[in-house]
Amino acid sequence: MKKIPILLTALGLSSCSAWVFAEADAERGAASAAMCMACHQADGGGMNIAGGESWPRLAGLSATYISKQLHDYKSGARSNASMIPFASMLDEQQIEDVAAYYASLPATQGKGSEGADEATLNRGQQLAERGDWSAYIVSCKSCHGPDSQGAGGDFPGISGQHAGYIEAQLQAWKAGNRKNDTQDLMGSIARRMSDDDIHAVAVWLASQSPAGN
Amino acid sequence: MIRTLSYAALSGTLLLSVNASAKDTTTQQYIDTLTELGYPAPKGNELVHIPPTMEDLESAKLHPELKRVIRRGYDLFTNTQQLRGENVFNNMNCSSCHLGEGRMPFSAPVWPAAVTLPNFRGKNDHVNNLEERIAGCFTYSMNGKPPEYGSDNMLAISAYHQWLAKGVAMYPEKPIYGRGFPAPDRPEELSYARGEAAFEEKCSVCHGNDGEGLRVGNETVFPATWGDMSNNWGAGIVRIFTAAGFIKNNMPLGQPNSLSDQESWDIAYYMSNQERPQDPRYTGDVAETLKNTEARFHKHSMYGQTRETDGHVLGDHSNTGEKPFLKPDSIRSRTFE
Repeated sequence: MKKIPILLTALGLSSCSAWVFAEADAERGAASAAMCMACHQADGGGMNIAGGESWPRLAGLSATYISKQLHDYKSGARSNASMIPFASMLDEQQIEDVAAYYASLPATQGKGSEGADEATLNRGQQLAERGDWSAYIVSCKSCHGPDSQGAGGDFPGISGQHAGYIEAQLQAWKAGNRKNDTQDLMGSIARRMSDDDIHAVAVWLASQSPAGN
Repeated sequence: MIRTLSYAALSGTLLLSVNASAKDTTTQQYIDTLTELGYPAPKGNELVHIPPTMEDLESAKLHPELKRVIRRGYDLFTNTQQLRGENVFNNMNCSSCHLGEGRMPFSAPVWPAAVTLPNFRGKNDHVNNLEERIAGCFTYSMNGKPPEYGSDNMLAISAYHQWLAKGVAMYPEKPIYGRGFPAPDRPEELSYARGEAAFEEKCSVCHGNDGEGLRVGNETVFPATWGDMSNNWGAGIVRIFTAAGFIKNNMPLGQPNSLSDQESWDIAYYMSNQERPQDPRYTGDVAETLKNTEARFHKHSMYGQTRETDGHVLGDHSNTGEKPFLKPDSIRSRTFE
């Protein structure tokens, strides 16, 4: 008796896949990702650009997370002048493939913590690991998981991400320019962070080991 | 040295030491943040205490070995999963419910236990000390077996509690600001369907559609809200008013007081209608267990009640989850005779 629904489900899925889209394929994704490499680099490591727009590391991030961001660029839920034209070029299948491709790459080390002073790094570590409850800033790891290396498809790994990118995103949330997080979970915390705290946590996270999925 | 607002008000700035003044400033910072987030301000007669942090510990005048033990207690409190299979048999950490490392008002701060115990406790009908109170959390909330009284781990966890209470006089007479999870007024009607819908909308991104939570490796990121990996039926938070108080004051994480009173109670009611490991006080019969525990405890939960959606009698099973036994030795009466 128990096997019947499973069998029906399997038949249903296989017949659906013929006309929806095939499973994500990292190899196909590599071909579609050719246009991403100018900024996100051949190894998916992105680039920290002091004083400019940093390009995030995608290598080793959750495929679910990358896919959601690409969908959000296409729909306008997430806004970024550089990304919107590229995301718009990808169809559903290509989004899943590109996401699978970057998720499959080994995570590379972020930059932007070079030369940071000890007090800044200590404050950043405190915020990432314990938060600052005097301002009701919960720690990064409480959602982004152990060592802030990511938890599921909704909470990306931020350890080892470029400092410039993390800082820009937290500032965007704080200013209300980025709102594509579930239930404003990140926004409500970012709005309670000072500019110094945002800088400190970005720099500390960049100095930490990146996630590997 | 005690961080109380009344102390600040009575002492006058000229008499304050620099240290006490800094502490009062810190306390005021917390109060400002809390009131901005919709928590009530302290009433005039309340004891307000904001515990020291782990950063404060480093500069405290304590024996280095004591500091090491307090750090160990902090580590156990915030990563209780390191005791998995020994003392903990579900996905909980102490800090899963006691947010802000056990320091935050309205999130059942743990320092009051250090200054109000030993005291009589209705739940087990005898006088408990701090260790026995901590053992209660392990027995019910962690569905586990408490570390032995006097053991290194029990002492370390106790030391962390006492460190958090630093400066507070024993047996305070004033009511404590932000103690427990103060529940909002109970609405007239609670709804399973509304609770289920609200859980899916507001809670499931972290806690999952089936209340399973989320783990990464051997660490819990989001605790299970019911099921085998959650608290057992004897945990305080299975009482609907306790869960409603926790939810209203603390959830979603980072957005306290954002849910309505009705939503908080409906979600709590929905959660109390889900299964979880058996209450360690189980006698082998759910009706009898309910009778023994109803007045002191289960009149506030759905234990032994029939679920309206499918007629299932909640708690009518002998499932103890991952724990290979029902009742740890810590459950015993004391007569002091």
